[in-house]
Parts: sequence; structure tokens; C-alpha cells
Amino acid sequence: MGQAIQSALNPTGIQAARISDLYWLMFWTSTVVYVAVLIALTVAIWRGRRSDAGEPSRATAAKWVTAATAISIVTLIGLLFASVATGRAMGSLSTENALGIEVVGYQWWWSVKYKNPTPSLEVTTANELHVPVGRPIAISLKAFDVIHSFWVPNLHGKVDLIPGRENLITLQVDRAGVYRGQCAEYCGLQHAHMAFNIIAEESDAFERWLTAQRTPAPPPSSPELTSGLAVVERGPCQMCHTIRGTTAGGRFGPDLTHVATRSTLASGTVPNTPDALTSWIKDPQHIKPGTKMPSTGLSEQELQALVAYLQTLK
Amino acid sequence: MKTKTLIVAAALIWMGACNRESRRYKELSPADARPETVKLSTLQPGKADPPVNKTSPYQANAYGLSEGKRLFSAYNCNGCHAMGGGGIGPALMDDKWIYGGEPDQIYSTILQGRPNGMPSFAGRVPNNQVWQLVSYVQSMSGNTPEDAAPSRDDDLAAKKPENRERPRRPKQTGHR
Amino acid sequence: MSAETDQLAATWQDPPGLLGWFSAVDHKTIGIRFIVTAFGFFILGGLEAATMRLQLARPDNGLIGPDLYNQIFTMHGTTMMFLFAVPLVLAFGVYFVPLMVGARAMALPRLLAFGYWIYLFGGIFLYVMFALNIGPDQGWFSYVPLAGPEYGIGKRADVWAQLITFTEVSGLIVAICLVTTIFKLRAPGMSLNRIPLFVWSELVTSFMVIFAMPSVMIASTTLILDRLVGTHFYNPADGGDPILWQHLFWFFGHPEVYIIFLPAQGIMSMLLSTFSHRPVFGHQALMLSLTATAFIGFGVWVHHMFATGLPQLGISFFTAASIMIVIPTGVQIFCWIATLWGARIRYDTPMLYALAFFVIFIIGGLTGVMLASVPLDLQVHDTFFVVAHLHYVLIGGSVFPLLGGFHYWFPKMTGRMLSERLGKIAFALLFIGFNLTFFPQHVLGLHGMPRRVYTYPENMGWGTLNLLASTGAVTMFIALCIYLANVIISRRSGAIAGENPWDAPTLEWTTSSPPPAYNFSPLPTVTGTDPVWEHTDEVPIVVGVASECREVLVTHVMDAEPDHKKEWPEPSIWPLWTALVITGLFIGSIFTPWAVVVGAIPATFAMVGWFWPKRGQSPEALIRRLEAGDHPPLEQVL
Repeated sequence: MGQAIQSALNPTGIQAARISDLYWLMFWTSTVVYVAVLIALTVAIWRGRRSDAGEPSRATAAKWVTAATAISIVTLIGLLFASVATGRAMGSLSTENALGIEVVGYQWWWSVKYKNPTPSLEVTTANELHVPVGRPIAISLKAFDVIHSFWVPNLHGKVDLIPGRENLITLQVDRAGVYRGQCAEYCGLQHAHMAFNIIAEESDAFERWLTAQRTPAPPPSSPELTSGLAVVERGPCQMCHTIRGTTAGGRFGPDLTHVATRSTLASGTVPNTPDALTSWIKDPQHIKPGTKMPSTGLSEQELQALVAYLQTLK
Repeated sequence: MKTKTLIVAAALIWMGACNRESRRYKELSPADARPETVKLSTLQPGKADPPVNKTSPYQANAYGLSEGKRLFSAYNCNGCHAMGGGGIGPALMDDKWIYGGEPDQIYSTILQGRPNGMPSFAGRVPNNQVWQLVSYVQSMSGNTPEDAAPSRDDDLAAKKPENRERPRRPKQTGHR
Repeated sequence: MSAETDQLAATWQDPPGLLGWFSAVDHKTIGIRFIVTAFGFFILGGLEAATMRLQLARPDNGLIGPDLYNQIFTMHGTTMMFLFAVPLVLAFGVYFVPLMVGARAMALPRLLAFGYWIYLFGGIFLYVMFALNIGPDQGWFSYVPLAGPEYGIGKRADVWAQLITFTEVSGLIVAICLVTTIFKLRAPGMSLNRIPLFVWSELVTSFMVIFAMPSVMIASTTLILDRLVGTHFYNPADGGDPILWQHLFWFFGHPEVYIIFLPAQGIMSMLLSTFSHRPVFGHQALMLSLTATAFIGFGVWVHHMFATGLPQLGISFFTAASIMIVIPTGVQIFCWIATLWGARIRYDTPMLYALAFFVIFIIGGLTGVMLASVPLDLQVHDTFFVVAHLHYVLIGGSVFPLLGGFHYWFPKMTGRMLSERLGKIAFALLFIGFNLTFFPQHVLGLHGMPRRVYTYPENMGWGTLNLLASTGAVTMFIALCIYLANVIISRRSGAIAGENPWDAPTLEWTTSSPPPAYNFSPLPTVTGTDPVWEHTDEVPIVVGVASECREVLVTHVMDAEPDHKKEWPEPSIWPLWTALVITGLFIGSIFTPWAVVVGAIPATFAMVGWFWPKRGQSPEALIRRLEAGDHPPLEQVL
């Protein structure tokens, strides 16, 4: 099926690989069964194409129906065993030395927090997970508002995020790369634009990333950047967003402390380029109608300064 | 005659439903997001400026009221007004209003701030969101239509759902 | 036409005029109304589908925005499931079950009329609300908390919940009428093991309706209570649980799809038998398979919830049950092939639809086995793979047999044959269009495209398959237009059909096309499963059932021995009035709980009017009739 992104048939994690194997087993079994039944039907009709060939005797017909049923039962039981075995294999991923992440689903973005026994070492980001290759990842899933579903087809099946419950999904990535995931439970207006990326990298690259994420935002180093920061701290941004190292401490929108390191914006909707960022801030409702981020009415100058400042948040 | 009555009735129902049900998330262009200058006095030298909206455009709009409820929590109005029961700040679900409980008065209170602790949100909260908050605040005292007002939240029940509040008309008291 | 048939016609006819049209209780009249209304909703649901496919034909398409798209896919699912599929499968029962069991009428005729009006008013209500921008937008399954009081903004979710109330009341009523008819009004000699398989499928389906509908009624009622009154059924913070909704809904939702499927299996048996001129092989096995499917169907609902994080051991049982349910259907397929073995097939249009079932449904059944497996389901749940699966089983397994069945029964209902040429063209286009639309969606789902999305990005590589699917949708649309044109044209100018144009074996083909108001004269008896093929002229008929009043022969449940005769109700306007006031009650209760109290008052008056005893049934009237030599049914004298 090629190098399709977000494809269940292009597994890069061990669980998705097991599921893919199960799929192909069921696919080929199904094909054989389907072809066999259609052949039987064709033969049945073919035999009577000129004139009625006479009803088969009750005994013969009963024998064949019973045999077909018995074969079906045996096949189905076999598939049942394959399914249970796959399920058990998937659940047997060891969680020793697992990286703990907490994902909270909002309408329509993902909050990502890297757990740490020391609270000051926790990292909060949004819409993007960096993970080390070859190490189990234990993600606890919570929902802030409605039911969402965490799904990265290349790596694993989906698990729902349900308000009032905490679900758990354990992944392991075999190869470095970028894997796209998407919300897979209808959650309202912008369910279609609630994607995220899992970026798998080698352990040391991952550790470097994590350490960098812990640092607060750098102070502005030019007048334009200073006025950009002023827009953040003295304007509407700080009502919803947090940028550590500034006075922006809002908790209802994605954490923007390292927004410039992300590859996409608006939960996978647009690429993270200055133009896209400008359009997004200027009129979010045009790109993602119904999103909770309002139009803010900034002037062109303020917008330019703001975007320049946000680009420094690496 | 009968047909005309039917058409008028249908149009009224349609407009009513339209108003409650419209999801107006795209209605404001970015330029309109800036709040209008609010005046506390209607007296001005020369010719008076036209007054600010007397009522919130979201008064009977379910989406606007629901957004107002979300913002009340997101912008931490709960921190002082505690779901309408007050605490550090005055209660918003009763009929006593220090600075007036009419929509435009609540609007100017949010934008300008008030002595003794109410912050000024001008420049921090876009215009239409302020109106959404105004309507939600009014719903806490039951002054929005029952079918548009928010219902119970998916949270610990701290108070009656807004759509079950009996209307309490505001009385300006000038004091707490 | 003898004097007796004239008398019968006068007794059983629908009353004339506009008032008579609204008072009709004849099961054939009401059956046609159900069928026409259901097909009307099919067209509306199809237009919604076409709109969605046009929007999805290209990535980042701007044809319709998210709010309208969400309303449209909700309306499509709700319309197709509640307003088209279930009413249609029951409607064929309403029209044909009394005819196939040799009865003069359906049981509980005024209740049946009420059931139709409630269905019609519910459907109209939904679409009027849709036009007013209050159409539901939370999916046909309406999960909380999205449909709940905080996130379900406005009255849209309440409209959905009340539509459920309308359609479930209607479904329950028709199910009750069907069960009563099938158990108690069969022709003498038609013991339970001799009833046509279509009738058996309607019986089993009706029982499924009776057990499944209450679950969704509880769900929708508790949802309205949460939203309107502030209860906490689905509020996790105060002791409720969103998962409760899923259990209640899917406990209904899964049997719902078998409700839609089983009558179509009954139609399959009927069509395959007729067009191969063979009695169905394994009559008992097929009856047991239908029953087994119904029972197991109540034990698989959690397979819709595999991704919710329920304990692994528990959900594995549902994998086993969901795989097990394939077996009875497999038995049916094998018996059907045995039926056809070596038979000379007549390839009329209905038979083509029946043969298409094998090609299409089996694919759907096999993808169903895939979905039954928890690990695989976790990948493809809530993707277009499921959309493909459900349409393969519902359209291949149900709609194709229903369209074939309609083509088959059209001559009986209208007296005219549908055009074979137009029929075959429509079939071919529908078959091709269907596969073109839905087969690519299997691949789309495996390649990561979730459901219920109003658009998708360019760089995902889903554009080509979506375009293919949308092209197929257009083809299906054209095919169904041709099918409709066939119906309209042939209604006026189709070839006149005789009593039994297909040389079919069941009882409805022994009376005229269309049947007279009194269905049969004389009332038949049966000695086997295929009365027309087995009967000689020596089969007894029923005598002694009065023709001056609406008298019906009631028989015993197991062996259809005659039990007693009973006078049936006359046409009445009260079911319509009751339906109107109850509609007002239901709609009012969306806005205020007081509507239930206030609405109960006119509802009480309407029901008093309905049940007011007729003058002809007073003791004095009965004595007068006895003295005049007329013999009223024994139970009324005592």
C-alpha cells in the first residue's frame, strides 16, 4: 500500500504491525470464503441454465449445508483465536521505563504534558508529541469537554478520551519519523481539523528536545520583538494562552512557549510558516470556522510584531 | 387572509428559531473585534454620539450564551464571582447591581473595570466576546429566554442551571 | 362478482371523501401510505448523501461548511435509519402479512392508523426543524456529552431526542399489530411451521422491535431530562457516565440493524423461491436462523464501544458473540444456494436484486467479522471502513432485497407490472454505482480517513478515492431516479398484472391485483408452506364469517385451529386526532416539561373519543340482532 501517511497498513510500531498482520490474515481468508461462495452460487445457477436439473435430494443438500456451516464455524473460530492472540500480544508490551505522557483532548486541539515526578521538570506543549524510538510510551488520555479519540494509525489502534474517565494507551515506535494522528470520535464543528503529529527520534535527540522545552521564552532582543511581547502580555493572547517566561498564563488554549518548534498550527490544520501564522491570528474563523479562538482585531503593525515575536519562541 | 396569517406566523417562528439557533462564529470581521468607546453619560456637548447597543446581540442566541458561559470560566470570572454567587466580588445572580444590571451597563463594567477590584478587560477581550459574557451574566439572574439559556454544566452542580432560574429584574443599588 | 363479494366490498371498503381518507383503517391503505412515506424519506436521505459526497469529492472543498455538513450527516443517518429503513421493512409487513396469512384484516386497525400518523408527523417535524436551523447536528447516535446540556447548544439535540420518541412509538405499535396478526389471524391449517418465511421474519423482527425500542426511548428521555430539567444521568461529575448513553443506545442500535436486515432475509427467501420455482430448502433451518440471529443480536452491542477503554476480558466476549452471529446468516446463505442448485432461474428484475445480495452482502458480512475483532476494530473504528461495511450490509443486505421486493409486489399492490427494461437499467446502474461509491471507502478507512469529517487535507492522498466514491454516488442517484421514473410511469401505463404474474407460491397471489378491500373471498385454508404450488381444488375454504359486518376469524397460535370470530372496528377519525394532540405534546415537551401535563388533557379527550363504545355493541342492539336472525359472535352475547 505504499508509504501512505496515517495508514493502518503502513505500520511503524509493533502494535500496528500485529494488527496489520491480523488484517491481512482476515483479508485473505475472507477473499477465499467469498470466492468459494460465489463459485458455489454460480455452479448452482449454471446447472439449471437450460432446464431445471431437478432438486437435489434432501440428504445431499443437508449434507452440503452442514459441511459448509461446519467449515464456516471452524474458520470463524480460527479467526477468533487469531484476534484474541493479537489482542493479548498488543497488551503485553512491557511498560518498564515507559515515558509517561498525559494527553487532554479539547475542542479541537490536544494538550500534551510530559509527566515527571518533579513538577518543575514537567513539559507542557500542544498538538505534537516527541517520543524516543524503541522505548514504550504510556499515554494517559483525558477529555476536557466531549469525547475525543486518540488515533495514530501507523502506531496503534485508537483509544477514546472520555470525560470522567482516564484511559491508557501504550505505544512503541520502531523507526524515527513523523506520524500523523487524528481525532477519531466526532466531537463537534471542527472534528475534521483536530490532527496531531508524533515525532519519533533517537533517544539523545529526544532528550535534547525535552530539555529545550523546559526553558522559558527568551526575552525580546529588538524593539519589534518587544512590541510583539507587549501584544501578548497586554492584549488578548494572555487570556487563553501560556508562554512561560512572560506574564501570559492562560490555561484554555494551547501552550505557546515553544510554538516555533512545531511543524503545524491549529492542530495540524495549517503549516507553521509566518504567512500561515499571520493569517491564522488575523482571522481564525476563516481557516477553522467555529474554533474557540476569536478574531482579535489587532492592527497590521501589532500583528506583524506579534508574529515576529512568536517566531522567536523556539 | 388565512394564508397570510399562516405565512406571518411561519415567518415569526422562523425568525425566532433562527435567532436562537444561529451559530454566529464568523459574524465579526477582525476589524469589528475592537470594543466601541463606552460612555457612561448620554450627555455630550454639541450633537450626542449614537448610543452603544442597549442590548446584547446574543441575548436570545443559544450559541452566544453557551460561549459566554465557557468564557466566564476560561477568563476566570469565577475567581471573584464564583459561578454567580460572589465572594471577593459581588454576586451576579441576584437582583442587586452596584453599577447597573442593564446589558450596556454590564458591558461597560467589564470593559472599563470598577473600583474595589473589578479589572478592566478593554483590549484583552474582543468585542463580541464581551457581549457574550454580558448575556451569560444576565442569564444567571434568569433574564434571558428559557429556551436559549444554558442548561446544567457537565460539572459538579454548584447552582441551578440558568434555564431554570426565575427572572430577577435588576435594581440599581449603588452599593454592595 | 357474487352478492356475497359485493356485500363484503361494501362492508370493508374505506369510507369515501376527505374525512374517509383520514379515517381509513384498512391495512392495505395504511401499508401503501407507509411505503410511499418511507420512500419519500429515502429520497430526502439520498439527497443528503449526495450533498455530502459532493462536498467530499475534493480535498479542502468549500461547498458546505462544518455546521451544515454536521447537520446533514446527522439528518442522513437519522432519516435512513429511523424514517426509511425500519418503517419500510415493517410497512411491507403491514401490507402483505395479512394477505400472506390469509386474513381479512390486520389486528388492531385503529392503532395501526395511529402508528402511521405518528410516524408521518414525526418525520415532518424533523424536517421542519431542519428547515428552521434546528436540525440535529450531533450524529444519528447522539453521543453525550456532545449532545448533552453543556455542549449540545440550542434545541437541536432535543429535536433528535423527540424524533426518536415519535418513531419508536410508531415502530412499537406496528410491531404489536404484526405480532398479534401473525399469532392470531392466520388461515386454518397454517401452523407456525408453515407460515411463509417473510411472515416469520416479520414476527421475529417485531419481537426485536418490542425489546429494543424501549432502550432507546429510555436513552432519549433521559437525555431530554438532562438537557431540559438538569438531571445528571450523563454527568460524570455528579454520578452519571457518558458511557451509560453508549450502552443504552447501542443496546437498541445493534438490534436496530438486524430489525432492518431480517425482513430483507425473508424477502430473499421469497424471491429466490419464486424465481427458481422451488420451495425453499431448509424451511425449519431458516426459521431457526432468523430466530438465532435475533437472539444473538441482543448480545453484541458492545462491539460499537471497543475503543472506549472497557476491560479487555469483557469485550472479548462481545468479539465472540459478534463472530458467532455470522453463523446463522451463513446457514441461510447455504440453504439459499441449495434452493437454487440446478434450478432454472427466471432473471426478472426482482431476481437480479436477490442475486446482487450475494455479491454485495457477503462482502459486508466479512468486513463485519473484521470489525468484530477488537485489535482490528481499534484501527478501523470510526473510519470510512465502517461506513463501507455498514453500507455493504444495509444496502446489499437490506435495500437491494427491498427494492427487489417492491418490484415483485408492485403488481399486487397496483395491478400493473413495472417495466422490465427500466428495471434492469436501474438495477445495473445501482449495482455499479453502489460498488463504485463504497468499495473505495474500505481503502480510505484503512488509509486513515476518519468518519464525520466535512473535509480533508490535500496532502493525505485521499482525493482520488473520494472522487471515485462521489462519482459512484452520482451514478446511484441516477439509478434511483430511473427506478422512481419506472414506478411513476408504470403506475399509469404498465402492463396489466393478473392474479399471479410471477407464478409465486404464497397466498397473496391467490387474490386479485390489487386485492379487494376484504382481501379474500372465500377465506382460504392451507396444507403446506407453498399453498399455490401444492393446492388442488380439494382444499377446504372457510365459511360462516359474516359479510354484513367486519367480522374476522381468530385462530389459535400454534396450529391455527379456528378459535372464535370477532367484530373488527370501523374506520375512525380518532387515531388522527390522537396523533395530532400527542404530536403537540411531544413538540411542546422540547421547550418545557409542563407540556407533558398540559398536553395530556387533549390527549385524554382524544382517547376517550377513540374508545367510546359504539351504539351497535350495546346489549339492546345485540338482542335486536339476535331476534332478527343475525348471529353476532358468541362472546358478545355472553
